[in-house]
Amino acid sequence: MAVNSLAAYNTYGGPKSIPFVPYADNGGSVVAIAGDDYVLVASDTRLSSGFSIYTREQSKLFRLSDTTVLGCSGCWCDTLTLARILEARLQMYLHEHNKPMSTPAVAQMLCTMLYYKRFFPYYVSNVLAGLDEEGKGCVYSYDPIGYCQQTKFKASGSSGALLQPLLDNQIGYQNMENVTPEPICMEKAMAILKDTFISAAERDIYTGDSIFINIITKDGIQEEKFTLRRD
Amino acid sequence: MASVVSGSLCIPARLWQNGPSASCLFNLSDGLADQNTYFAQRSQAPITTGTSVLGITFEGGVAIAADILGSYGSLARFRNCPRIMHVNDNIILGAGGDYADYQYLKDVIEQKILEEECLDDGFSIKPKALHCWLTRVMYNRRSKFDPFWNNFIVGGLQDDEPFLGTVDKLGTAYVDRHIATGYGAYMALPLMREEVERNPIMTKDAAQKLLVKCLEVLYYRDSRSFPKVKLIFDCLMSLQSLLSTCSFSFSPYCQLFYLFLISATI
Amino acid sequence: MGGPHSRYGLNEEKKSPLPLLGIEFCSSVLTGGNQWPCLILFRNQYDSDVTVWSPQGRLHQVEYAMEAVKLGSATVGLKNKTHAVLIALKRASSELSAHQKKIIPIDTHIGITIAGLTADARILSRYMRTECLNHKYAHDALLPVSRLITMLGNKMQACTQRYDRRPYGVGLLVAGYDDQGPHVYQTCPSANYFDCKAMAVGSRSQSARTYLEKHLEEFVDCDTDELIKHGLRALRDTLPNEVELNTKNVSIGIVGRNTPFKAFDEEGTAQYLRMIEGEEKRGGPPDTTGQDPTPPQPPPADDGPQDPIPAVAMETE
Repeated sequence: MAVNSLAAYNTYGGPKSIPFVPYADNGGSVVAIAGDDYVLVASDTRLSSGFSIYTREQSKLFRLSDTTVLGCSGCWCDTLTLARILEARLQMYLHEHNKPMSTPAVAQMLCTMLYYKRFFPYYVSNVLAGLDEEGKGCVYSYDPIGYCQQTKFKASGSSGALLQPLLDNQIGYQNMENVTPEPICMEKAMAILKDTFISAAERDIYTGDSIFINIITKDGIQEEKFTLRRD
Repeated sequence: MASVVSGSLCIPARLWQNGPSASCLFNLSDGLADQNTYFAQRSQAPITTGTSVLGITFEGGVAIAADILGSYGSLARFRNCPRIMHVNDNIILGAGGDYADYQYLKDVIEQKILEEECLDDGFSIKPKALHCWLTRVMYNRRSKFDPFWNNFIVGGLQDDEPFLGTVDKLGTAYVDRHIATGYGAYMALPLMREEVERNPIMTKDAAQKLLVKCLEVLYYRDSRSFPKVKLIFDCLMSLQSLLSTCSFSFSPYCQLFYLFLISATI
Repeated sequence: MGGPHSRYGLNEEKKSPLPLLGIEFCSSVLTGGNQWPCLILFRNQYDSDVTVWSPQGRLHQVEYAMEAVKLGSATVGLKNKTHAVLIALKRASSELSAHQKKIIPIDTHIGITIAGLTADARILSRYMRTECLNHKYAHDALLPVSRLITMLGNKMQACTQRYDRRPYGVGLLVAGYDDQGPHVYQTCPSANYFDCKAMAVGSRSQSARTYLEKHLEEFVDCDTDELIKHGLRALRDTLPNEVELNTKNVSIGIVGRNTPFKAFDEEGTAQYLRMIEGEEKRGGPPDTTGQDPTPPQPPPADDGPQDPIPAVAMETE
């Protein structure tokens, strides 16, 4: 541009060229824990960018069906778009097949949808939680370009790296001696889940305010709210 | 909108004016490189800009406020650029950022409303629907790397409940009871959050007082702000009452404040 | 003659003159099979193309398409202050086949029933679903019913004005709920659509319309159970004497305030059928002719040029 090409005349007051970046990091964390007949998935409710908090009341969970919930963190504009498209795809499936899509099917579809945008990815860490066809809890976690892995528990988002080792230890019984791994009951899972978010809010400025917890059982989805520190 | 910037790192500059580009001397493919048609860079910066926009919900309505300055860099270039529009009977929209992009979108929205009115089927778009639509528009443009360089605040009554939402140039959108864009996010939002926490059920007067105070604080510190501001209310009760008492013909519930008069009395 | 009513699934099945395929009626019926008693009079010069006007100002091809609706089994739509209900009579083309689905959900707030060519209905329902989805994607709101019907009407109209198209041979009853309350719309192959208080289309539907007209005043204030019962009674009046409504041949769909569109399963249907069990048929004397009373009639004679008579390609019942 004219202003930039004349370096000697370049004052910092004129129209400045700010390079356009199509992505933003809006923070947020998602944790999901699956049990034998239930699955918990929770997200914090802080939506932020840099040092400013956009809103303290933004749930990052998307209820896709009566047995499936998607938790997203990362670039919020991509999240919104992805969730909208997923919603439409699920309705199309419902109409074509006369039944709601099962959680493993949603997981596979999400995988292909992410990979389809491989070269201009949705900058979102997804965690898909739900009950499979047998009513067992399952968790699928993704990277932004469509890698998918089924697990029993997952922490992702801005505090993902902080929380995953904690879950590995407490739920996966890793690095513990003289313990026999046993399936985790819902009360214990819930307690661990809340503790992880409390810890995350202590260390991560992009996680805080409160968490929304979705409890998915064969009877439906219950929602719970839990407050965190707000600074 | 920003002017087109042609040329990039991929296409070397011409050897002299109107002369061949350096690459065409050895690139014998098809001569297209000479045309600079491979890449076009568009709208990479806002030109004439508006600063912060503030929005707040109160008991039975919403209010949006912004000053009316169009800045050209640091130059206070245009001093009458109102950037809050009255979309239909229950939606108001405020915009910050590039003024030309706002004007373009304003035309598009007005056309959309007009087409809807022509259907004459008794339906009119609601704030949530407009907010969602704007989010899609902004996201589509950012995906084309040709963004509308704006921050929007959409306010209105969604089935008689106050609605306030915002969209930025990426399509990042959220809904809250109080929203501030630009420098307002740093300076006005804490004031608004504090007040709303203290006084969760806010009256229209309290909301107006709060907005005026926020605008005043912004005027003290934001060098791109201006003392002339526009404040629009959209609420159940006062929409009618203002209609009957005001003599403004087209936007009966717009009020122009001169902030410097207020600050002069302090 | 063994009219289509013998296909309601009871003992008259073997008398059916044509083996019917898995659609509501076989398209070969339209062109007239050999066994079918046809009154084909190819003297009409003005029905070769939808774009050809008759000297009376009529489009015969479009009117023939309207006849296709009357070949489909009957369906009834009606509404009260808060809900709209669709009731449909299903046919099975043979004892070996399942009953043809008549109710198609479009979105959470809209559902349709069909009478006529099922394949055409599938195309139209896909269009309606897409429009609803697109609106939901862009606006996060449900598409107002009247707007959907307008768009559908425009789509269907294109087929009545082009020589390389054929009108959709299906009539729809659209039940929907939006901010303006419940709606029942009727659409025709002629691309007309009507906002109705109550309506019935399909074969022998005149008896149902008679019932609906007679009880029109009661619908607005009755509750939804009562509304469904009215619909079932109206539908029952279209049946020949020896046929009864049962869970296999009836579908019920409902939509309304806080009620997303839902088609009842057999158990839900049975519950409502029990409510009207044992009641007298009120549709007046049984329809002996089996004829729908209003095939397109030539207009009253005037001084203008005359079309060849009759303008009906074949008998429908």
